[in-house]
Amino acid sequence: MLSTKASCSSHGQDSSYFLGWQVYEKNPFDEVVNPTGIIQMGLAENQLSFDLVESWLRKNPDAMGLKKDGESVFRELALFQDYHGLPAFKNELVEYMAKIRGNKVKFEPKNLVLAAGATSANETLIFCLANPGDALLLPTPYYPAFDRDLKWRTGVEIVPVHCSSSNGFRVTRLALEEAYQRAQKLNLKVKGVLITNPSNPLGTTMTRDELNQLITFAIAKNIHVISDEVFSGTVFDFPGFISIIEAARDRNLESTDVWSRIHIVYSLSKDLGLPGFRVGMIYSKNETVISAATKMSSFGLVSSQTQYLLSNMLANKKFTSKYMKENQKRLKKRKEMLVSGLKKAGIECLKGNAGLFCWVDMRHLLSSNTFEAETELWKKILYEVGLNISPGASCHCTEPGWFRVCFANMSHETLQVAMQRIKDFAERSSCSGIGKSYQQNMSSFRRKLLTSNWVRKLSSSDRDEQER
Amino acid sequence: MAIENEQPAVGLSKVAVSETHGEDSPYFAGWKAYDENPYDESSNQSGVIQMGLAENQVSFDLLEKYLEEHSEASSWGIGAPGFRENALFQDYHGLKSFRQAMANFMEQIRGGRAKFDPDRIVLTAGATAANELLTFILADPGDALLVPTPYYPGLDRDLRWRTGVKIVPIHCDSSNNFQVTPEALEAAYECAESMNLKVRGVLITNPSNPLGATIQRSVLEEILEFVTRKNIHLVSDEIYSGSTFSSSEFISIAEILEAHDYKNSERVHIVYSLSKDLGLPGFRVGTIYSYNDKVVTTARRMSSFTLISSQTQHLLACMLSNKEFTENYIKTNRESLRKRYEMIIKGLKNAGIECLKGNAGLFCWMNLSPLLEESTREGELALWKVILNEVRLNISPGSSCHCSEPGWFRVCFANMSEQTLEVALERIHKLMEQRKSKET
Repeated sequence: MLSTKASCSSHGQDSSYFLGWQVYEKNPFDEVVNPTGIIQMGLAENQLSFDLVESWLRKNPDAMGLKKDGESVFRELALFQDYHGLPAFKNELVEYMAKIRGNKVKFEPKNLVLAAGATSANETLIFCLANPGDALLLPTPYYPAFDRDLKWRTGVEIVPVHCSSSNGFRVTRLALEEAYQRAQKLNLKVKGVLITNPSNPLGTTMTRDELNQLITFAIAKNIHVISDEVFSGTVFDFPGFISIIEAARDRNLESTDVWSRIHIVYSLSKDLGLPGFRVGMIYSKNETVISAATKMSSFGLVSSQTQYLLSNMLANKKFTSKYMKENQKRLKKRKEMLVSGLKKAGIECLKGNAGLFCWVDMRHLLSSNTFEAETELWKKILYEVGLNISPGASCHCTEPGWFRVCFANMSHETLQVAMQRIKDFAERSSCSGIGKSYQQNMSSFRRKLLTSNWVRKLSSSDRDEQER
Repeated sequence: MAIENEQPAVGLSKVAVSETHGEDSPYFAGWKAYDENPYDESSNQSGVIQMGLAENQVSFDLLEKYLEEHSEASSWGIGAPGFRENALFQDYHGLKSFRQAMANFMEQIRGGRAKFDPDRIVLTAGATAANELLTFILADPGDALLVPTPYYPGLDRDLRWRTGVKIVPIHCDSSNNFQVTPEALEAAYECAESMNLKVRGVLITNPSNPLGATIQRSVLEEILEFVTRKNIHLVSDEIYSGSTFSSSEFISIAEILEAHDYKNSERVHIVYSLSKDLGLPGFRVGTIYSYNDKVVTTARRMSSFTLISSQTQHLLACMLSNKEFTENYIKTNRESLRKRYEMIIKGLKNAGIECLKGNAGLFCWMNLSPLLEESTREGELALWKVILNEVRLNISPGSSCHCSEPGWFRVCFANMSEQTLEVALERIHKLMEQRKSKET
């Protein structure tokens, strides 16, 4: 009775990523009312800087009240459904995007297409770049919902580019080639590579070397590069953020073919913490893509009410400067709190400088080096420890034992509770062993800790090499 | 019809380079002419008057008054305690208070003759998104939907472009006021079959765009019987339901289902939006109401690609929960639209032009076939160009709505002031006078 799309499970909602949410919703933690409930650490939201936005709102009631200099602009906004977007809003967005990139690159409003969130922007871009049955290469681990956003209605396939902890999950030329060959063997036409930079779930920015490898690869294979930079405003530490556009420009590729095959996706959901307002965008120098994407945006326009509010907010440069600085400071502090809390429990994280989460190494807590054991551990952490975190398998990670743990979607106190629970759990695990004897567990625990230290040393020296 | 490009540009999809978005049709060409020389009461009195845009501007004062008196709807209260929750809210179920308010509003529009369950409401960014989304769910690429002609030009894009689904027209003509007949339904179905297309459903717009008329009860019954017999879906786009000129003349498919005790209702889906009745196309508020659980669940998940801004959901939840406001709005809006309709009909009649008898919508369906040089599509387009370039009115030619009879035009009347409408009617009058004197 219904279409194939309606009957298949490409929406991905049967995965553990969503199961954890369901369990959390039945028993949500609340400091006062439900202190033994489940703490949500699977949601990459930024709740750290609302006070700054609220303060701006209080001082600018006209923007909320659909007024300009005291006069109502309600009618104009109510009627405004031009898919080119509110000019004032796009002007502010391109300036804001440039500011995030340290003003090292400039963006033109005419090359920006608005969409109802990055979810919509990503899907629209795929509709423009690939035909049903074509393939996209995606480095693993990647954001679980890409399986829905990029594949469901477009009919496009994802071929993973395998990255491993041996080099800090960096994308290598070899891995790209290998993925490309795999796609060929499956008779899939590769149309592009999609990267998320800063990475979700890794919480790291891509190095210039990685970006260069990608661009070289895209030139060689004559394919597109989509850079999902939704977390670009959440970079809080060295080495800083390099956008794909900056890397390409620094190689003087502006008047070459590949320049029109590089596309950026951005959104205000992560750094500004406004996922409910549905503000996403595509940036591309490709006129045909812009033209098609603009028309397609009819299916997901941004409410003019919201465009008006945010164009006013972003026009206040003092506000945006203060926000960016303060937000980054708070994110850094929160991340450090999570990292040190985990460390006390004998758990290490991938060294990261961005995002709203840590990529946590719990391989030493697995009863075996398998995804079954990872699921077992995830369930234990969900039901016994009371934390909803995202298992690496849901992000298509090739190595079991990694988890994404969010830190910016809760209060300081709640994070402390979570840290205590993890610490207790780690102590319990080392005493009782998960499916192993105490002795076995302790020695393997120590061995893995040493190994992961060694591996991390190796990978950080790799990174140093690359940055030179 | 759209032309598929054989050779896609290097590196882009077929969808990106096809012309199925339909923007090369006269429906959009007229807009360009208007954009280049727009009429303005004070500064450009000889400009093109836009009569091709189905917008409702007659009731803004009511909305503005509401906003003035209820600042909590557009802010979140002083100190904004509700702001954070709202800014974070991206649940594809949508704000419960908003869905409740929408369900109530839809019931009020139908005079309480049908009930709506808020949990069956799926929110989308506009009816444009709702129609596309439903098509993705009800049909596979290459399948067909049957749509009565004449129909809203945007459906060519909304139902076909990215979905790969085809539209097979159900031909209607002036001999019976363009109503759908069982024969026309059968003929369309057979036509689809002869093209080896699998028909997945029928999509009707009720009240009709561009006819500006509600569908009669008996016709709705026939359509329902047809889709049940063929075991296919029925989508009823009821976005003009609040724009009927009297409260009793609109019969929703929901009422028919209620009368049948909701038997066989899982094949029926209603699309609604606040763009026409409330005049808020910029806010992007559309809904799908389905009697089919699987469709509701799937549509909800798919709505992730087209959620309504939570800021807007909050504003409208406040507004539409206010019974006093909604009752007064629905009543007053109807009155204002009826008055406008009567004004344009009278003006056209004085100029010797007949229209289809209408009772809803923001436009009338005007018959200019006596003016055609030749009774063909080309003749119609030639007349359309004259009206656009010489009379300087942008109206929509029936061929852009896939009307099978040349000479009909859709003329909007609610997207301008009364003064502007007077000017437009004067120009039409002058055109008709010129024609008459040419003949003598």
